Amino acid sequence: MSAAPALPRLAVWKFSSCDGCQLTLLDCEDELLVIAGQVEIAYFLEASRAAAPGPYDLSIVEGSITTADDIERIREVRRMSKRVVSIGACATAGGIQALRNFADVREFTSVVYAHPEYIKTLERSSPPSAYIEVDFELHGCPIDKGQLLEVIGAYLHGRRPQIGAHSVCIECKRRGTVCVMVSKGIPCLGPVTHAGCGAICPTYDRGCYGCFGPADATNATAFAGALRDAGMSRFDLVRVFRTFNADTPAFRQASVTAEMVVGD
Amino acid sequence: MTHTNGASRTLSVASLARVEGEGSMHVVVRDGEVQDVQLRIFEPPRFFEAFLRGRAFGELPDITARICGICPVAYQMSACQAIEDACGVEIPSTVRALRRLLYCGEWIESHALHIYLLHAPDFLGYESSIHLAHDHRDIVERGLKLKKVGNDILNVLGGRAIHPVNVRVGGFYRAPTRSEFAPLAERLRWAREAAVETAQWVSGFDFPDLELEGDLVALHSDDEYSIIEGRIASTSGLDIAVSEFPDHFAEDHVAHSTALHGRPRAGGTYTLGPISRYNLNFAQLPVMARQVASDIGLGETCRNPFKSIMIRAVEVVFACDEALRIIEAYERPPAPSATVNVRAGTGHGCTEAPRGSLYHRYTIDAQGVITDAVIVPPTSQNQPSIELGLRSFVQDRLDLDDAELTRQCEQAIRNYDPCISCATHFLDLTVDRG
Repeated sequence: MSAAPALPRLAVWKFSSCDGCQLTLLDCEDELLVIAGQVEIAYFLEASRAAAPGPYDLSIVEGSITTADDIERIREVRRMSKRVVSIGACATAGGIQALRNFADVREFTSVVYAHPEYIKTLERSSPPSAYIEVDFELHGCPIDKGQLLEVIGAYLHGRRPQIGAHSVCIECKRRGTVCVMVSKGIPCLGPVTHAGCGAICPTYDRGCYGCFGPADATNATAFAGALRDAGMSRFDLVRVFRTFNADTPAFRQASVTAEMVVGD
Repeated sequence: MTHTNGASRTLSVASLARVEGEGSMHVVVRDGEVQDVQLRIFEPPRFFEAFLRGRAFGELPDITARICGICPVAYQMSACQAIEDACGVEIPSTVRALRRLLYCGEWIESHALHIYLLHAPDFLGYESSIHLAHDHRDIVERGLKLKKVGNDILNVLGGRAIHPVNVRVGGFYRAPTRSEFAPLAERLRWAREAAVETAQWVSGFDFPDLELEGDLVALHSDDEYSIIEGRIASTSGLDIAVSEFPDHFAEDHVAHSTALHGRPRAGGTYTLGPISRYNLNFAQLPVMARQVASDIGLGETCRNPFKSIMIRAVEVVFACDEALRIIEAYERPPAPSATVNVRAGTGHGCTEAPRGSLYHRYTIDAQGVITDAVIVPPTSQNQPSIELGLRSFVQDRLDLDDAELTRQCEQAIRNYDPCISCATHFLDLTVDRG
């Protein structure tokens, strides 16, 4: 692209993931062409075969680090980029594939593949922050479109993104959704889950399942005790914290603590 | 990428663009003959089938959705069906219609994404849709708006476009009201017209000659254009129940791919996706979609994979029409979901993801805990067919230089709308000319 040199240069990188978070950028149907007019989309393989070399002003990283090659590649991304923003549960917490961090990856490989010797993978799935300094982490599985636009806009204007770190509970109150836990007894992770989705699940008569990961300054382990007192089984408690953000410190502690409780 | 001489060379694309996920292509030419074509899928494995063991069946729609951000509904639907098969659950017709509606949203979104953002730039000589928009902004805007209508359906019925939250085994958590669906009708009427214009637009592209070899496989039903149910049928006369899939198809693990290769046990290769659905199910398309196909010059059968972009456009016409039909006939069901009485057993599910049939099989115990999981995504099944097709395609184009040959190979690969994130368990292109 023969863009004017003044345009900030954007790169989008993919590691181990489902593609959903970078798809969120292409899902900005009303904004995509406007963004394309304000930045040079220098590297975004899902959208363009024109791959321009760095340096980049803003690198957006999707996916978790699961191979030795990934480690080298994420370090190279950091070297080439003024700002690095991790997007989604994979790039902020290791994602669903971090369930291997609670198991034996060799056993996993032998279950899925006839020739485990062909497979090269690390024992752990980790967010980029385990290997490089990350400027900002945007949570969600998937991330929210509005929040992604805020993050891109903020860095283009040289300011910090304004993303609240409160819980999903607050979003339900704002939306006027009646609490499913209080009114219907449906177990809900809303009190300990990071806001951003707009509290979708409770408006569909189900409890929040924690896909945005832990909110700041909440106590997931204590909340797990409350869920257990409300009748949730040990089996269900372990699993409910062990999904897309299983290896975040708060959710890991909650699931490991639940696992140690005697009884079912 | 290297280029030695005309007779022997290696063509190598290190990272394929405009596909979902990470893969590369490697072509070896010796003495003017293509010796080998490999699609190398190096998307790292995520081990879904391993960590699903020990999970509760009710978690499947949320977890399997995360295999693919482009087609999460396909994963949710195949997974739900497999469990419902295992537990003998009957799905009420109203809930079934809502599932079909949700899936229409995903077909519209995924096909519009592929036609406008991933594939059309190849035919018109652009690097991306952003570049295309510099010259034809109105066309790209139409594509984005069309894509958005698909996402609108997913948002209203699924709660969100990527990884919808409203799907559960048995049906949905909450059935939306008629008034929630009402605003979609007008947008779908616009979208149906935009889809017809899309079909006319893509029909004007230049299509290289290529004939797809082997069997074309898709779900088939005599009563409707199959999306969520039917029998597995093929152009060579296969007609089996979904539960018979493992008896007829196998998965091989090859060294150059983290995606397992699909293979018919009877030998040969097979292809899944829109082109297969169209050839097997043309008669089940609504009159309007058949008329559009005829108007743009598609016959009742078509084996040129480059024309899959036309077929995708016809399927978008269909999906908009079908979604509109479902919304207009919608009466809110008394219960959003069928009751699931858990029992130990094995169940099979197969639905038509935008890029082809997606098969799931689960075994659960009496408590509903998963003890075994098998997921066979369309791209891994298509991988041998893509490699075979490229072999003859490259052989006929050896006079091209590496840059142009690479560009044309990428275009040919995109015919299949490969989804590498899904397949792993794809593209960099290398041609080794010796």
